[in-house]
Amino acid sequence: MTLQFTVSPDFPADRISGWYIFNTWMQRTLGTGIHLEIYNDFGAQRKAIADDRVDLIYANPYDAAMLVREKGFVGVARPRGRSDEVVVAVSAAGQVIEVEALKPGARVVSTDDPDIEMMGMILLEPADLNRQNVERKVCRTYVLVAKALMNGEADVGFFLADAYAKFSPLIRDSLRPLVTSQIHVVKHLLLLGPAARQHLDTLRNGLLAMADDAKGKSMLDGLGLDVWEAVDREDVEFMIDLIDTLVE
Amino acid sequence: MEPADVAGEFREYNLAYYDGSRRRVLVTDIETPFPEGKLIVSRTDVAGVITNCNQSFVEMSGFSEAELIGQPHWILRHPDMPPAAFKDLWDTVTRGTKWNGYVKNLRKDGGFYWVYATVVANVRDGIIAGYTSVRRKPSRTKVREAEALYRTMNQG
Ligand SMILES: Cc1cc2nc3c(=O)[nH]c(=O)nc-3n(C[C@H](O)[C@H](O)[C@H](O)COP(=O)(O)O)c2cc1C
Repeated sequence: MTLQFTVSPDFPADRISGWYIFNTWMQRTLGTGIHLEIYNDFGAQRKAIADDRVDLIYANPYDAAMLVREKGFVGVARPRGRSDEVVVAVSAAGQVIEVEALKPGARVVSTDDPDIEMMGMILLEPADLNRQNVERKVCRTYVLVAKALMNGEADVGFFLADAYAKFSPLIRDSLRPLVTSQIHVVKHLLLLGPAARQHLDTLRNGLLAMADDAKGKSMLDGLGLDVWEAVDREDVEFMIDLIDTLVE
Repeated sequence: MEPADVAGEFREYNLAYYDGSRRRVLVTDIETPFPEGKLIVSRTDVAGVITNCNQSFVEMSGFSEAELIGQPHWILRHPDMPPAAFKDLWDTVTRGTKWNGYVKNLRKDGGFYWVYATVVANVRDGIIAGYTSVRRKPSRTKVREAEALYRTMNQG
């Protein structure tokens, strides 16, 4: 049986070959055929999950609840130290210097990354903003989110902090960060579904050993990760409980 | 609470708890602002005894982690909070339902901090194994509304 593997659509575009190399490594390590399917957006990926067309997934933390609690996935590993944090920023040309200065009706721009959108909206709550009283605009990339702010098409934007940090000085100088999250526990993770359960230990052991040799290190480099750490059931359940407190 | 731990001028209250016990607390008017971008997280067992907390929780409460773990969560109870709010919290979460509310918490130094808190049950194998509370920065409008509401509730 060929297993189906997919990656959270928010991975940086230049990492695509890294994920194909990773998939080849998984096939060799597990001794089974694995097909990597890349979905264009979260909607298409969730549909595939709902239809049981996913067995292995490098998942956005926001989707972990559905995967674990509805579909019976278990945590294999996650990249150490890599938490998803959000930068809430405005155009540097404007007058707003704190979140509290934003007003109902504000035009909010982000990508469709669900965890970033969730945390961004929470950081707007001190201004009494919520999904009902803001206007939403969704862009395909963080550079486009930045441009929407610079062009005055939106009042405030949400960025994955790692993406914001990689912006050119030109873009960064045009933006003003108002607040950066320091939540630390919301992280992408590799999950394995019921049909792949027999491979859990082999896969986890392989991932944990990946940083031990040059070949594994270069594969991690290709994914933009440093080292995998194991996750146990309670680590995953705790993250899901925490995210549950942040969603409506 | 001992006067030596308290920063600034204080008032003394004698709080009665749900379980019948009482505790003397010393209270000041000094507010500690919510830490920007952070969440204050704690977990309890089914009885509300603190089992885990994050660094923001430690910093905001003014207690050390060792002083918090193993303590009942009412260690943070502020006398301005109406008992009905916590009764509602417990009635809600023991049903396995999510609870939200604005809470004024007491610090070890007698000061206070406002949070918007959400509490969920930690359901494991179909059983409630404990609770997680996550607090975020509240809007000042909502804090003023809660202040007025809690004052009325405490008078009633
Ligand atoms: C997960 C969890 C978190 C809680 N957090 C707080 C808190 O931050 N402050 C507080 O005063 N009570 C908190 N409570 C409620 C207390 O357990 C307690 O009900 C409250 O302090 C009032 O005390 P009483 O019920 O003995 O009257 C929490 C309860 C749970 C289950």
